[in-house]
Amino acid sequence: MAKPLHQPGVTIDGFRLEEIIHQGGMAMLWRVTRPGDALPMLMKVPRIGEGADPAAIVSFEMEQMILPRLFGVHVPKFIAAGDFSVQPYLVMEAIAGKALLARLPELPLPYAEVAAIGAKIATALDDLHRQHVVHLDIKPSNIMVRPSGEAVLLDYGLSHHEELPDLMQEEFRLPFGTAPYMSPEQLRGIRNDPRSDLFALGVLLYFFSTGVRPFGESESLRGMRRRLWRDPEPPRRLRPDYPPWLQEIVLRCLESEPAWRYPTAAQLAFELTHPDDVKLTGRSERLKRDPFTTVLRRRFNTDLMKLRPQAAVSDQLASAPIVAVAIDLEGAEELNDALRVTTGRMLATMPSARLACLNVLRQARIAIDTTLDEQGHNKHIDRIVRLKDWASPLRLADNRLTAHVIEAVDPAAAILEFTSANRVDHILIGARQNSLMRKLLGGVSAKVAAEADCTVTVVRPSLVSGAS
Amino acid sequence: MLIALFADIHANRPAFEACLAQARGYGAQRFVLLGDYVGYGANPDWAVSTVMDLVDGGAIAVLGNHDSAIANPREQLNVEARMVTEWTRGVLGTAQRKFLAELPLTQQSDDRLYVHADASQPKQWIYVASATEAAQSLIATSAHVSFCGHIHKPALYTMSATAKMTAFTPTTGAAIPLAVGRRWLAVLGSVGQPRDGNPAASYLMLDTAKNEITYCRAPYDIEAAAAAIRNQGLPTWLADRLFRGT
Repeated sequence: MAKPLHQPGVTIDGFRLEEIIHQGGMAMLWRVTRPGDALPMLMKVPRIGEGADPAAIVSFEMEQMILPRLFGVHVPKFIAAGDFSVQPYLVMEAIAGKALLARLPELPLPYAEVAAIGAKIATALDDLHRQHVVHLDIKPSNIMVRPSGEAVLLDYGLSHHEELPDLMQEEFRLPFGTAPYMSPEQLRGIRNDPRSDLFALGVLLYFFSTGVRPFGESESLRGMRRRLWRDPEPPRRLRPDYPPWLQEIVLRCLESEPAWRYPTAAQLAFELTHPDDVKLTGRSERLKRDPFTTVLRRRFNTDLMKLRPQAAVSDQLASAPIVAVAIDLEGAEELNDALRVTTGRMLATMPSARLACLNVLRQARIAIDTTLDEQGHNKHIDRIVRLKDWASPLRLADNRLTAHVIEAVDPAAAILEFTSANRVDHILIGARQNSLMRKLLGGVSAKVAAEADCTVTVVRPSLVSGAS
Repeated sequence: MLIALFADIHANRPAFEACLAQARGYGAQRFVLLGDYVGYGANPDWAVSTVMDLVDGGAIAVLGNHDSAIANPREQLNVEARMVTEWTRGVLGTAQRKFLAELPLTQQSDDRLYVHADASQPKQWIYVASATEAAQSLIATSAHVSFCGHIHKPALYTMSATAKMTAFTPTTGAAIPLAVGRRWLAVLGSVGQPRDGNPAASYLMLDTAKNEITYCRAPYDIEAAAAAIRNQGLPTWLADRLFRGT
């Protein structure tokens, strides 16, 4: 069968080619329409045939396997796929607007904006990793932002899906990816570590906030390998007003050892949206790169080059959840004690988990609350102090613990909003024992348990017989 | 159409019953049996009769090395398997032994090939244990997808148009699309004696409409299967290993 020519007006399996949007080395992108379908759509057609790069074919096969299995706002919606034996193509939702690549002339961007973009991308990565996929080609041209605000990750041609054969693994001996963004472990052929995407996001954050790429643009394998032992210039050296918290986050993402980065994209998103809670380590203070002797030691340290056994994508995510605990500071002491015991038991098994302690400062519906109480104390700060005091017997490191006071009229709604906005995996909440209070206030724990989009544990103090 | 495929049932009645029930629950309309219906387990009579009934109903079945050994004392088997084979000969009736003796080594249907072990020399019962044997098996056939068993550990191999091999250990319950531009060899785990560390019975579902395969596991009453082995005076080691899935 003669293959249909790709030109405007041609119809392939009901999709009409309208205009060509992009013509790359691996594929062409067409804007397409289908009668009766209002969704804006794109058709991706791989370059195959005489002289085509075999990588283009395998990477297109991978994308054809992965994209139909993805769902949610952070990926383009899959519409249709064409068979390789007849006419290979992928039709997907066209996202309105431009890729982040279009922002390059504006670099460097304001710090707050970089953090906001970074948080959106980290949230999208968390969603993707939970769907068993490591993207492996995070860069500005593969990221768009929906008009509704969510980041969308494009192009799964180099991705790894934990539950599908990795056709790229065996096909090519050279690492695949985009040189400036590629993580050290990708250079060594490891394709199943979700933290590789956090490294690439770190490169993007560094670039967007300084205007300079942390590891240059070298495309040669030798040039790329330098990142295994050479640390980038600290951003504060390039921009003296660079906020320490942002340098802390960016340099942690760029650690050459994956275990020294954030354990999950959700935890990174959490830090980017809570700059005041970022624990500032030595990274945040650095003003110059590591001394030459340190670099030399790393360069010839064969341990660094060794491959370590990898945990599966889903196991890694499961070992580093965000746990939240809602504490009623006015509530019964024994309930808050029971909450602490349960929280402690849970965290004991998960050394990479982090704990967010929440307290809702109830606002009157009509009256404008002042932030000062009768004695003139700041209620907000007072509560943060008391939350940290509640948590102190748990003996968690600073970087594993945060305290949050949310001002709201409806406590249950505020807790639900916090868990969903911060990708909380598990929330612990106490059930009030006093039935009169419960009647008056409605069951906060009941509402959270019924409506949360994460796991909920409702804690009750065990009743001592004879106690009222 | 949904096709359920089973390999290495090895006379384990509770395991095969659990797989059949689960597969029928998923809507399996056809069945393929990849050999080794007998050996190791205590219900060869039931296993062969069940396979015969399924074949009467349109199922495809091929010969395994343990099945072949019933009529061929010269078939090479390990010590335990030889002892069980001798016992099995005294259990199976004439019709059952005739059924086993007449099973083909391979069967082809549409663009799919069914065989017990490696397809390049099916009578040699070569284990497909790595991409090397998988490539040898794939080169010997023209089918888009080959299915085999014999090694009791699930695995999936694929060969690209340029003969590059990829090996993959499948995840239970995750559908895998079989891209048309390349060739595939799906190695099934065992129904009656899993050896991949998971004691649940292993089988595979093929969706011909979506061109997808899913590796499935069915938990079953291991106590009952192990007790039956011990009650027949067969080597107790064969009962013990069922609990470990090794």
